[in-house]
Amino acid sequence: MQKLLFLGDEAIAQGAIDGGISGFYAYPGTPSTEIMEYAQKSKEVAQKGIQCKWSTNEKTAMESAIGMSYTGKRAMVQMKHVGMNVAADAFLNSAITGVNGGLIVVAADDPSMHSSQNEQDSRFYGDFALVPILEPSNQQEAYEMAKNGFEISEKFNVPVVLRITTRLAHSRAGVSLGDKKEQLKIKLPKDPRQFVLLPAIARRNYKKLLEMQTSIQQASNDSSYNKYIDGNNKKIGVVACGISFNYLMENFDGECPYPVVKVSQYPIPENHIQKLRQECESILVLEDGYPFVEKQLRGFFDEGIKIMGRLDGSLPRDGELNPNIVAKALDINIVEGVDIPEVVKMRPPSLCQGCGHRDVYNALNIALEDYEPGRVFADIGCYTLGALPPFNAINSCVDMGASITMAVGAADAGLVPAVAVIGDSTFTHSGMTGLLEAVIKNSPILVLISDNFTTGMTGGQDSAAKDRIVDICKGLGVDPKHLRTLVPLRKHHEENLAIIKEELAYKGLSVVVAQRECIQTVIRSRKKMGKNK
Amino acid sequence: MKKDIILAGVGGQGILTIAAIIGSSAINKNLYLKQAEVHGMSQRGGDVQSNLRISDKPIYSDLITKGHADMIISVEPMESLRYLPFLKKDGYLITNTVPFKNIPNYPEDEEIYAAIDKLPNKIALDAEQIAKDLGNVRSSNVVVLGAATPFLGFAIEELEGGIKSLFGKKGDELVEMNIKALHAGYEFAKEKIK
Ligand SMILES: Cc1ncc(C[n+]2csc(CCOP(=O)(O)OP(=O)(O)O)c2C)c(N)n1
Ligand code: SF4
Repeated sequence: MQKLLFLGDEAIAQGAIDGGISGFYAYPGTPSTEIMEYAQKSKEVAQKGIQCKWSTNEKTAMESAIGMSYTGKRAMVQMKHVGMNVAADAFLNSAITGVNGGLIVVAADDPSMHSSQNEQDSRFYGDFALVPILEPSNQQEAYEMAKNGFEISEKFNVPVVLRITTRLAHSRAGVSLGDKKEQLKIKLPKDPRQFVLLPAIARRNYKKLLEMQTSIQQASNDSSYNKYIDGNNKKIGVVACGISFNYLMENFDGECPYPVVKVSQYPIPENHIQKLRQECESILVLEDGYPFVEKQLRGFFDEGIKIMGRLDGSLPRDGELNPNIVAKALDINIVEGVDIPEVVKMRPPSLCQGCGHRDVYNALNIALEDYEPGRVFADIGCYTLGALPPFNAINSCVDMGASITMAVGAADAGLVPAVAVIGDSTFTHSGMTGLLEAVIKNSPILVLISDNFTTGMTGGQDSAAKDRIVDICKGLGVDPKHLRTLVPLRKHHEENLAIIKEELAYKGLSVVVAQRECIQTVIRSRKKMGKNK
Repeated sequence: MKKDIILAGVGGQGILTIAAIIGSSAINKNLYLKQAEVHGMSQRGGDVQSNLRISDKPIYSDLITKGHADMIISVEPMESLRYLPFLKKDGYLITNTVPFKNIPNYPEDEEIYAAIDKLPNKIALDAEQIAKDLGNVRSSNVVVLGAATPFLGFAIEELEGGIKSLFGKKGDELVEMNIKALHAGYEFAKEKIK
């Protein structure tokens, strides 16, 4: 059968389609974005009427998916790892409500922080919620898990976490597709109060979830995704989770001399791990993320069999694994190429030439020359690159939406005026509630919304804020006299500077919206227009 | 047959076109393939690379082991050097010589060329000039690919096939243009390794 060349993300999307999904729900975030983008481009998705519009943030995505599951249809939520924090309230409670139609939560982790603020490991969320976790080792498994995950979810009446990392998400390989399942029909929960988490019901549901744990554990023990692969050399037994299995096999051309437990479904398969412990003198745990399995195997007193991994220094404590790191842990000598010559300089990412954020910072930096430095709270998006030279314009980037509320807190402390810089998509993601807070307090802050009509950093997805920002601000109660707009172009520099200066001087809340389309989306739509001509 | 290839460049330069042509040539030949790409933050003008692995046997790792790459194909000279720890002792470096200067401390061109020159196996070519002479600067990537052809383990016709599968839908003109670019790079490299 002809294999299709799929990114891990694309394999997941196609797997979900073939598994009978009725709704994809997501907010963009590297490395999960391409799942939704694949669905949006798929003719099959359009023909089958599968929902594939972007959500405003991860929490709304998660809740919409729970809503679809409630009706008896199958749904998938996709997000980057930090999105799990935003969705956590809904996610953890969805384990208590249980599901009706199958529900898969794809959490795309980013060890080494290629495009993220941290490298948190979403397996902890799965464990926290007491639900099964699937962690594919390759694109084919990613396809199968997305397809079969719905049934696992329905069988155990819980959402299922599908945990991937950047490397799998953004790597292509051949995938063979299987049969296709039909979408399910609407069939509401048998118990009309299943999703009503009043304490009395929640307690009952939670007990059910706890009782289900034995079956969930048994499913891991029996899972075809987990394997015990024997080897002759019992000095070390290797536990290889997810994609790390490949790095191990790469070093031995597929024939590892040590016994190996391949883990791709959690809870950890007790049967295989027990056997490994009995057979081997020591255990090496390979996992692309936090020492999640390693900690469980060690336990508090750590008095059992010798365990090697990220905690004892056999592997680095942080960052992504790769074949060389795994080789080193196994004492395999690899001759590397020559060192990087000194002439090679770092080339950090930077704002595109002609980007409107540049003009915003050029004006803001000058306007702030009259004040002590250190008062600009920014947010997450392309404009975060304003932290780097030549701008050196911002003092914070913590989590989406934090700019406005951090400015409020700093102003409360007396740092006046404080400035918040936030993008349009980030503003609708989680800046609006913060702005309401600033309105209510009339905080002496300037909120600068750098509106480029798109979600630039993640590749230009439609922004929920498009053409709505000013109205939203008005609706939230921003004083129209201090709600100003400008066009961030060099030719408007003087008037923009004047506007920002005036609003900085105002002793209450002001909002300045800088409006100019992202250069990349301009180029893309021009190209498209050219083609249609 | 097994080739481990590192593709290098700067975000926005389009190294993925080269990957896609090699990729579809490999698929046409029923080979196994894995290709790790960089998406996200670095695409904004930062350094980007792609690990492309082709083999007639199943491939495990998405990442190439340091010291095991058969070649580095780069569309930018400084970027070609960033991945030297990955290159085998007898591996080849194939690079465009036209620098992309978007950082203030970009080194002197001569320093970079000297570092490239020190390597035992290299092909360095002004792919932009060659592409310009052919009438389309935008195909300079494919010129670089052409220069890598002698080391790729594909016949040039097979790569032409890859170009056809990839650009066929977009019209014959584009296919022809890219095939010309491929040959121009190929001729340059053949001359060099004679
Ligand atoms: C909770 C969370 N979700 C998603 C992301 C990924 N992300 C980073 S920036 C960004 C888009 C920002 O868009 P916008 O605010 O409009 O700024 P732009 O990049 O367009 O300048 C996204 C989705 C994240 N870092 N955190
Ligand atoms: S992608 Fe758009 S918003 Fe991001 S730096 Fe480039 S022009 Fe600016």
